[in-house]
Amino acid sequence: MSEERDKTAGMPSSGDTVGTAGEAPKETAGTVEGKEQSGQEQASANAEPAAPAAPSSAEASAAPVVDPEREAKLKAAAEAREARAAAKAKAESEAVPEEPKAPSPKQPILDAAVGLIRTEVAEDAVEEAYINELNGHMPVIVVKGDRWSEVAALMKNHAALGCNYLRNVTGVDCETHMEAVYHLVSLESKQDYAIKIKTDREAPSVASATPIWATANWNEREIYDLLGINFPGHPDMRRIMMPDDWVGHPLRKDYEPLDPEV
Amino acid sequence: MIRTEELLLNVGPQHPSTHGVFRIIVKLDGEVITEAIPVMGYLHRGTEKLAEDLNFTQIIPYTDRMDYVSAMTNNYVLCHAVETMMGLEIPERAEFMRLIVMELQRVASHLVWWGTYLLDIGAMSPFLYAFRDREMIIDFFNELCGARLTYNYMRVGGVKWDAPEGWLDKVRDFVPYMEKKLDEYNNLVSGNEIFLARIKGIGQYDAQTAIDYGLSGANLRCTGVDWDLRRAEPYSLYNRFEFDVPLGKTGDCYDRYLIRLEETRQSLRILKQALEQIPSSGEVMGKVPRVIRPPAGEVYVRIESPRGEIGCHIISKGKAEPYRLKFRRPSFVNLQILPKLLVGETMTNLITILGGIDIVVGEVDA
Amino acid sequence: MGTWLDETLTWGNALIFFLWGVILLAIVLGFVTYAIYFERKVIGWMQLRIGPNRVGPLGLLQTVADILKLLIKEDTIPRKADRMLFILAPALAYVPAFAVLAVIPYTQDLYFADINVGLLYYVALSGISTIAIVIGGWSSNNKYALLGGMRSAAQMISYEVPLVISVVGVVMMTGSLNLRIIGEQQGNWFWEWNFLPQIIGFVVFIIAAVSELNRTPFDLPEAESELVAGYHVEYSGFRFAFFMLTEYVYVYAIAALTTVLFLGGWHAPAPFLDFVPGIIWFLLKFSCIVFFLFWLRATMPRIRVDQLMGFGWKVLLPLAILNVFITALYLELFIKG
Repeated sequence: MSEERDKTAGMPSSGDTVGTAGEAPKETAGTVEGKEQSGQEQASANAEPAAPAAPSSAEASAAPVVDPEREAKLKAAAEAREARAAAKAKAESEAVPEEPKAPSPKQPILDAAVGLIRTEVAEDAVEEAYINELNGHMPVIVVKGDRWSEVAALMKNHAALGCNYLRNVTGVDCETHMEAVYHLVSLESKQDYAIKIKTDREAPSVASATPIWATANWNEREIYDLLGINFPGHPDMRRIMMPDDWVGHPLRKDYEPLDPEV
Repeated sequence: MIRTEELLLNVGPQHPSTHGVFRIIVKLDGEVITEAIPVMGYLHRGTEKLAEDLNFTQIIPYTDRMDYVSAMTNNYVLCHAVETMMGLEIPERAEFMRLIVMELQRVASHLVWWGTYLLDIGAMSPFLYAFRDREMIIDFFNELCGARLTYNYMRVGGVKWDAPEGWLDKVRDFVPYMEKKLDEYNNLVSGNEIFLARIKGIGQYDAQTAIDYGLSGANLRCTGVDWDLRRAEPYSLYNRFEFDVPLGKTGDCYDRYLIRLEETRQSLRILKQALEQIPSSGEVMGKVPRVIRPPAGEVYVRIESPRGEIGCHIISKGKAEPYRLKFRRPSFVNLQILPKLLVGETMTNLITILGGIDIVVGEVDA
Repeated sequence: MGTWLDETLTWGNALIFFLWGVILLAIVLGFVTYAIYFERKVIGWMQLRIGPNRVGPLGLLQTVADILKLLIKEDTIPRKADRMLFILAPALAYVPAFAVLAVIPYTQDLYFADINVGLLYYVALSGISTIAIVIGGWSSNNKYALLGGMRSAAQMISYEVPLVISVVGVVMMTGSLNLRIIGEQQGNWFWEWNFLPQIIGFVVFIIAAVSELNRTPFDLPEAESELVAGYHVEYSGFRFAFFMLTEYVYVYAIAALTTVLFLGGWHAPAPFLDFVPGIIWFLLKFSCIVFFLFWLRATMPRIRVDQLMGFGWKVLLPLAILNVFITALYLELFIKG
C-alpha cells in the first residue's frame, strides 16, 4: 500500500497530482485517522485512474462496502508495513554495539567557543554544545535564555569569534517548548555557528538580537507573527506577514485555521 | 494662513514599479521622504506551514513559486538540503545539468532585473531587448522541463529529465550570442548621461552597514566585501570553474548595476566551461530510496541565488515530511535596509533604490 | 487666405472662416490619429517588434478603435473631486493647443492669421495649458495627481523661459515677430536656414520644446513608473482622450513652429528643387521633427525632477542668454556696421 503511495509520489504524472491534491487537504486534518483515510483514498485513486474527482471522506468510507479487491490490497499493505517495522526494530537492536565515532574536526572550535562563553559571560550560560555532523559539522551551542544578549554581544565583538554576519533566525515550535535558532558566520574566518535558545510555550520570550545585528529585526518580527515568540528589546514588535488584527499564530503546531475545510 | 503639512502617500500595493504586491507607506514633505514604512504580506501563501504536511518531492513545486524569477536556484536549495542531510551522492551529469540550468537562470534573472530597472527609470526599449533574450533562455527551459517559469525540474538525488537531443548545442550557441548582446546593451545604456545622473551616488551605504543588515548578493558586494557563496562556501561543482566575483567600491546604485551586469558575463563564462566539461552521458538520478526520509536532525544550507544568499533550514524528525522547513529568503533580508536608505530621498529616488535592491515579492512574503 | 482676411467681416466671410477652422480641426484630428499610430509603430520597430497590425489593414484603424473605446467609456468623476474644475481642466487644456495653430504659416499663401506678434501669441497661449494641468491635478483629489500637477507647473514654467529666449536670436536676425515673415526671410539654400547661424538657439529650443510637450525624457508629470500617470490618473474615457489630444496637438504645433522658425519653413533645401511645391517641403521637415520626437521617446530614460530644474535654470537659460548676446554682437559688428 505504501509502496504505491510512494510510487505515485515520486512520479509527476497526472495521477500524481490527483493523489497529492487529494492527499493534502486530508493531511491537514492532522490526525492518524485522516492519514488512514487518505491511504484508502490513494488506493481508490489507483484503482480508478479514470475518475480524478476530488475524493471526499464520505466516498472513501463508503467504498470498502463496494470493493472487496481493495480490502485484499489494504491487508497486504498492512502486512508489508508490519514486516518492515519488525525488520527495522531488529536492525536497530543489532546496531547498538558500535565502536564510538571519531571526534569531529570542528570539535576544538566548538570547545574554544564554549570556553569563551563560559569565561566571559557566565559559567552556566551554555546548556548544551554539540557538533551537527549532518550539516558539515557545524558547532551548535544551546544558550540559556537570560544570558542570550550577553552571549550575542560576545559572539559579535570578540576577536576570536567575530561573528559579524547573522545569516538566519528560525523559530521552531517543538511541542513541549519553543526554540529560536540563530545562524551566525564570521566573514573573515568563514566559520559558522548555530546558537539555539529554548523557551517555554506559555509565554515564549527571547531577548532580541536587533541591537546587535540589524538583520534580526524583520526576522524576529516574522517569528513573532507566525509563532508568537516575544522578543523584548525589539524596537518595533508587530506583525509583518499577517494583517495587523489577526488573532493567533499560524505556524504553531496547534493552530486552528479559520476555515479548516480549505 | 499658509500651512505646510506632511503628506501620507501609499506606494502600492498596486503600482507599476514595486515589482509585485508590495506597499510602502511614505511620509512626504513636498517631494522629500521623511519616513518610509514597508508593509508586506500581500503575497504570503504559507509555504512553510504547508510544507509540514508534504513530503520533500511535493515541496519542490512550492519552492518554484517563492522566487519565481529564479526558480531553479530555489529548487536546488531544497534538494541540496535534503541531500546533505541524507548524505546522498549525485551523479556527475546530473550535477552538471543542475549547474548549467542554475547559471542560465542567473542570466535570465539578471536580464529581467535590468529590463525592469530601466523601465522604472523611464527608458522603455531595454525592457523589450532584455525580454527577447530571456525568451530564448525560457525556450530552453521549456524544451528541457516543460515549463517556462515554474520548472519543478530538480529532484532529491538529481534532476528529473536529461537534456533532450541537441539541447546542449543550442545552449552552446546561445552563450556567444548573449555575450555580444551584453556588449550592445552596455553601449546603449551604461554611458547615457541621463541614466548616470539618475543612478550615481543614490542609495549609498558602507560595508559595515551592509554586514549589519545581513545583505547579500550584489547588495553586499557593491560595498567591496568579497562574499560570494559560490567562492566562499562552494557548493555543487563551482570550485571546478574559473570565474571572477565583481566587487564594487562606493556602494551606490550604479555599482550594483555594474556588478549585476558583470555577474551575467561571468555566468556566461561558467556556462562555457561547464558545457565543455559535462560528461556526454550518464545517469541523471542517483541512488535514492523510494521514500525520501532524512534522518532526524537539522541542517541549514545556503547557496548564491541571483538575489543573494538563499538558505534552507530543515528540522526533521525522521519522517517523510519535514518537522520545520524555513527558507532564508534574500529579498526579505535585503529589503530591511530600505527604510534606512529612503530617509531624505525624493520620490523618484525611491523607485531607483527599490529597483536597485532587486526584490521579488514572492520571495519577500513566501 | 490673406485677401479674405483683409475684407470686411460679413456673415458670409465669417462662415467661410468658421469652415476653414473646421477643416483645420479635421486635419489636426487626422494628424493626431495617425501620429499615435505611427508612434506606436516606430517605437515598436525600434524595440524589435511590430506595432499594431491587427485592426484594419496594417493596423491603420487601431487609433480609431481606441478613440471609439474611449468615447463609449463610463464617465467617472471621483466623489470628492471638485466637479466643476475636474470637468473644466481637459477643455481648458485643449483650447489653447488648437488656438495657437492659427498663426502657423504653411506656405507663402497658405496661412490662417497674419499677426505681427505671431510668436508672442503662440508662447502666451501655450502657457494656459499649464494652468489646466495644475487644475486637473488639484481637482482629482488624489495625491499622485497633485504631485504630478505640481511637478508639471514647475517644469513648464522653468522651460518656458529658455524656450522664448532661445527664439529671440531668430527674431533679432529677422527683425520681426511675424511667423510668416520669419519663414519668408530664410534663404534658399539649407545652410542659410536659421538652424545653422543660430545653432545654440536651435539646440536650446529643441530641448525646451521637448520639455514643454511633457515628453520623454521630460515626462515627469505623467511618469508612469512613479506617479502612475500623474495628473491624469483619475481621468478616464473621453476626458482622458482630451489630455492625450492636447499633447499631440502640441506636438503638431511645436513641430510646425520649429519648421518655420529654424528649418526654413516651406523653402526647398536648394533652389533647383523649387519645382516641388512648398507645402511638401513643409510636411517633410515637419515629419522629420515628429519622428525625432518619437525616437527620443524610445531611447532616453527619464530625468529626475530636481535635475530637470537645475538643467533648465542653470544650463539652458544661460546658454539662451549667451546666444542673444552673441547674435547682438554679430549683428552690430557685421551687419549694421
